[in-house]
Amino acid sequence: MTEANFTRFRGTDTYLTSDSLEAAVNCALVLERPLLVKGEPGTGKTLLAEAISSGLGMKLIPWHVKSTTRAQDGLYVYDTVQRLYDSRFGDGDVNDIRRYIKRGPLGQAIESDERVVLLIDEVDKADLEFPNDLLHELDRMRFHVDETGDDIVAKHRPVVIITSNNEKELPDAFLRRCVFHFIDFPEPDLMRRIVAVHHPDTNSQLIEQAMKVFFEIRGMRRLRKRPSTSELIDWIAVLKMAGLTDVKLDNKLPFLGALLKKEQDLVALADQMSGGSRWRS
Amino acid sequence: MFVPFVYELRSRGVPVGMQEAINLAEVLEAGLHDSSLEGFYDVAKAVLVHSETHLDDFDQAFLKHFKGVEVQAKKLKEELLDWLAEAKEGMRELTDAERELLEKYDLEELQRLFHERMNEQDERHDGGNKWIGTGGTSPFGHSGAAREGIRVGGAGGNRSAIKVATQRRFRAYRDDMTLDVRQMAVGLRKLRALTRDGAQVELDLDATIDETAKNAGELEIVLRPPRRTNTRVILLMDVGGSMDPYAHLVSRLFTAAKKATHFKELRCYYFHNCVYGKVFEDARFTKPVRVRDMLADCGPHYKLIIVGDALMAPYELLQAGGSIDMNEEDRVEGIVWLMSLEEHFERTCWLNPEPEKYWGGNTIEYIRQVFEMFPLTAEGLGNAVSHLTKGKSARNAR
Repeated sequence: MTEANFTRFRGTDTYLTSDSLEAAVNCALVLERPLLVKGEPGTGKTLLAEAISSGLGMKLIPWHVKSTTRAQDGLYVYDTVQRLYDSRFGDGDVNDIRRYIKRGPLGQAIESDERVVLLIDEVDKADLEFPNDLLHELDRMRFHVDETGDDIVAKHRPVVIITSNNEKELPDAFLRRCVFHFIDFPEPDLMRRIVAVHHPDTNSQLIEQAMKVFFEIRGMRRLRKRPSTSELIDWIAVLKMAGLTDVKLDNKLPFLGALLKKEQDLVALADQMSGGSRWRS
Repeated sequence: MFVPFVYELRSRGVPVGMQEAINLAEVLEAGLHDSSLEGFYDVAKAVLVHSETHLDDFDQAFLKHFKGVEVQAKKLKEELLDWLAEAKEGMRELTDAERELLEKYDLEELQRLFHERMNEQDERHDGGNKWIGTGGTSPFGHSGAAREGIRVGGAGGNRSAIKVATQRRFRAYRDDMTLDVRQMAVGLRKLRALTRDGAQVELDLDATIDETAKNAGELEIVLRPPRRTNTRVILLMDVGGSMDPYAHLVSRLFTAAKKATHFKELRCYYFHNCVYGKVFEDARFTKPVRVRDMLADCGPHYKLIIVGDALMAPYELLQAGGSIDMNEEDRVEGIVWLMSLEEHFERTCWLNPEPEKYWGGNTIEYIRQVFEMFPLTAEGLGNAVSHLTKGKSARNAR
């Protein structure tokens, strides 16, 4: 592998990256290993996959993991119920098992004729064993369909982006096979640019003030859920819609609900503002 | 220089091995580090570290290892070449995939590439891109702030990896520090046990097919109860007095436990200093519950988690009637109450917010003889949970 046949990822117009994030993405591309992205909620983990897909011009196949998702679902599902039904009521050729094998997202990505980006979103939502069950398939990028005896091998190893919200510990064997990146909370400087990308034509005074308030609120130790990038962007959008031109941190902060999502946090903020120390922090 | 760095990481408990080292060699070969220490920092971090809890260790190891390396960067590559050559010889330990990977390299070609890049490096270096901050006094200025600098067309700027590492921005993610609600929720999540019982509402597909086949193709539906979690937890929290400094920590644990959806039942009670005849349903001690009633209600399969600093005056623990509240039942020593709790439940643990180094020479020592005690940190909580999830064990087997 030389540099000639390898396109580096550099971020896109709407998705700003840092050097270390770019380095991690490029490492994953070179090593052809999955990139595991962790970070606070709302720091753009899922958007990264979209950015890579548009930045490198590859199709994106998303796989949103839920608590009931099994590894097998990602490869293929054998629709036995349909086949049972068909055998009873005689629709179609029941002997052709392939008709009842439906590819899951991982199966599609492996089978695809071109290199694609596969997003395995929120891998920690699923059962503890889920990542372990995927080890072999992600390593070899091939799988076996037991029902038909077909072996499906990837023509082009897909770029795999895995996000995790850290709700569960991931198994070591799984971690060892991934390139890891932790999306850190952006510094004010980068935040300013991120906001500028999302709200290009907003009054700069409003943005400055909103950012100031935002970082002050984030700095409060007593909050249980600290607001992050996406909350700030939403909040500025609301402020803009309401036609406000300035905000400052006081008791009557407008549209606080966009920033703080927990009742205790609202109480804690009000408490802090009134200068009291009703509760220990 | 590169191999010792891997060992430096290992000595700090970052799990890196052969696999990671080979990966690092491969990305360096592809030139992803742009022949700079900053690039190396980013690339090595991505490849060698697998969890944010180790990022701080990585920063520290990096600092220790690369402080003042300036010119030695060239050696890094030479050593890497040597190392690759060595790896080629010692290939017996490698798996097929790894061997394949190494065989892609032609050593001469590799060397040529490296020399080319080294020359590039010299040019760039002479061009005034001071990539190691020798002035080193201003942590921000021109390089610090550019840490997360995005290059939309522009140049990377003079940010120094050493300075980045010095900031130790990932300190908060270490897992041996005290924790936040989220980390606690993660820790508690392991405390679960799934069983099938209750109403039969889930379609058991395999059994259905079997039965249908046996039934000569006539549909025969088989149902089974869904998998449910069966963990019941009692959380006993010490409040007031010496626990006040830890109130926020305990309240976070409380939040995490309340939020956890994988407990079939969670009971929370409060006590002050030591458990006597009663515990309380609220932190203001207005709703007492007799411990005997509680034990009668909750079978031994409940998991008991006690949170407290276990610090009190010795008489509160060891003398009958140590509690202020004079009731018949309080004529029993606190330690006896604790022992009866420990005996009743199959699995118990005590989480202590006091740092471990203060665990000697006070009442903590006594209580440790009764309960398995863990510090209230991410690591301690993890250990406590795995202690709780183990099956029945010989009592007090340490």
